[in-house]
Amino acid sequence: MNILFNIAVDGLAYGMVLFVIAVGLSLTLGLMRFVNLSHGAFAMVGGYCAALLMREAQWSFWLAVPAAVAATAALGAVLEASVLRHLYRRKELEQVLFTIGLSFVLIAATNALAGPQVQLIPLPPMLAGSVDLGWRTLPAQRLLVIGAGLGIAALAAWVVARTRFGIWLRAAVDHDGTASSLGIPIRVVQCASFAAGAALAGLGGILGAELMPLEPYYALKYLVLVLVVVSVGGMGSIAGSLVAAVALGLIETASKYLASDWGSLFFFLAMALLLAWRPNGLLKR
Amino acid sequence: MNSTRRRAVGALATLATLCLSAAQAHAQAVKIGIVGPFSGPFAHYGALFKAGAEAYVASQGGKLAGKEVEFIYRDTGGPNPGQTKSLVQELIVKDKVDYLGGFVFTPNALAVAPLIQQSQTPTVIFNAATSSITEKSPYFIRTSYTLWQVTVPLAQWAAKQNLKKVVTAVADYGPGIDGEAAFKSEFAKHGGTVVESIRMPITTTDFGPFVQRIKASGAQAVYTFLPGGPPNLGFIKAYNENGLAKAGVQFLGTAETDEFDLQKFGDAALGLTTAFHYSGAHDSSENRTFVQALKKRDPNAVANYASVGAWDGMYVIHKMIEATGGARDGAKAMAAAQALAWESPRGPVRIDAKTRHIVQNVYLRKVERQGGALLNKEVQSFGPQGDHGLDK
Repeated sequence: MNILFNIAVDGLAYGMVLFVIAVGLSLTLGLMRFVNLSHGAFAMVGGYCAALLMREAQWSFWLAVPAAVAATAALGAVLEASVLRHLYRRKELEQVLFTIGLSFVLIAATNALAGPQVQLIPLPPMLAGSVDLGWRTLPAQRLLVIGAGLGIAALAAWVVARTRFGIWLRAAVDHDGTASSLGIPIRVVQCASFAAGAALAGLGGILGAELMPLEPYYALKYLVLVLVVVSVGGMGSIAGSLVAAVALGLIETASKYLASDWGSLFFFLAMALLLAWRPNGLLKR
Repeated sequence: MNSTRRRAVGALATLATLCLSAAQAHAQAVKIGIVGPFSGPFAHYGALFKAGAEAYVASQGGKLAGKEVEFIYRDTGGPNPGQTKSLVQELIVKDKVDYLGGFVFTPNALAVAPLIQQSQTPTVIFNAATSSITEKSPYFIRTSYTLWQVTVPLAQWAAKQNLKKVVTAVADYGPGIDGEAAFKSEFAKHGGTVVESIRMPITTTDFGPFVQRIKASGAQAVYTFLPGGPPNLGFIKAYNENGLAKAGVQFLGTAETDEFDLQKFGDAALGLTTAFHYSGAHDSSENRTFVQALKKRDPNAVANYASVGAWDGMYVIHKMIEATGGARDGAKAMAAAQALAWESPRGPVRIDAKTRHIVQNVYLRKVERQGGALLNKEVQSFGPQGDHGLDK
């Protein structure tokens, strides 16, 4: 019985990390129809900013994290406004090639600036300890990740579905010409959405650093996991990404408890089966 | 006018002679090819090889046995046997190297065995730690360690501590499986039981589930092997945060508290027990000389198993150059190397003539904090150990 609880708790925490990193990509890919394979690089930039601000500038965790997320958003906005916006109308292949190239540039830059070693994000005392759940102990940081994941899911869903900005965004994506003639500032909407996607990636990089350690090859190493979550969840579907991330996290964790000799086989097998069953996303018929 | 021209011609002639003699000196230099990862996620190994090897040459006054030494570095990236083979072929055929050194990953070392066999190039392995490598060619010689070498004394010690039930948790690849086999067989010999053997996929990032399994197995201790860097950090974090340290499940490791990663663990590392052949904090004048020379060469270099492997590897190459007078004679060089015994920064060592592997003291260490920095404090020496994997 214990083992089931263990799988549930560890799987939920792992799934939430996957969700936080993947949701930003789901938004840019689904709502902006832009294939952004440099998403992993943005997550890495966020994590590195937080780690360096805390280590070199001695900032506190609670100050460094928002600053790092803001810095990632700013980098996303600058890149969008200067380069990436020219790619919206290009073919997917060109978007893929460009953003993969951008990832390589960011990998080389972080390697040159911060060195090849792993960067750690020191946790404040409140989060560094463990929480006693009665039958086992759980790192307190995982509770923060689970909470943050649920918060982000709710916030993102609310912004896209209920706010004026969300309506503008969907209008701009569906037909930018019409949206523009109706007076929607589509350039601002696109730039802000892309920056928000980058910011979410950065936050994911920071919160997930315990499970996915920050190193220069981070940008490509975990990209596959993120793409799996986005494709299984369905592009642009926040609830779909959440369900997919938690389901895949549970499957991966269960296989570690019960059949670790098989490696990640069950994770990818589940991906293949889920995609065969619902090719457009878990929650889309 | 005429005199200026004559002077110019004279100067040119002098210059040409100088160039020629420089070229000749160059031709006489002993060429050593160093093969390792100099880019990518394992680039720090390459940097440590370079610092260790160059520091050794500098400590000998810039020449080895009176010969100029020229290093040629080749980058393999990660584990990449195909590329390593073509790089080494180029080093042997085009650059005509006299010696080869380096090699972090076992598959890369195995790939070059036929090449060094044919060209009779003495090849010193600075790191790759799977036992069977030196069996593949008589031109291999190793100055690092093997998992069998450090694990067998650790298993004996664990049995003496009255540990009865141990669980093994190793990364699922070559050296991890070597470590698991070594621990299991030696621990059973002394009456202990390995209650569960967990193999963790090498791509694992979330170690929580494995640590929970270790806890659930009811073992008194866990023997583990993990590759350096992120997996190492992840496992030790999970070990602490999931309450294993508090529950009294003892940690038995080997290279996990490597000096390159050690400071990043923070207080989580305090008290971790490992058995290993080298600690950067080894107390001897040879080690102090080594650390000083290393820091002088590269202030960022860390004294750890990779840099000491390169330093001692260069000692072996130095003695081989001495034995052959700088001439290219692979067989003679290897014969000389097999009789070597010397005082290394890690303690007294010798090369075993049969296995061409280094025989060295293995130490039991505990992580302590001294002067603000974490270090591996040697608490007990198990005495000289050969490669128990090859001796079988």
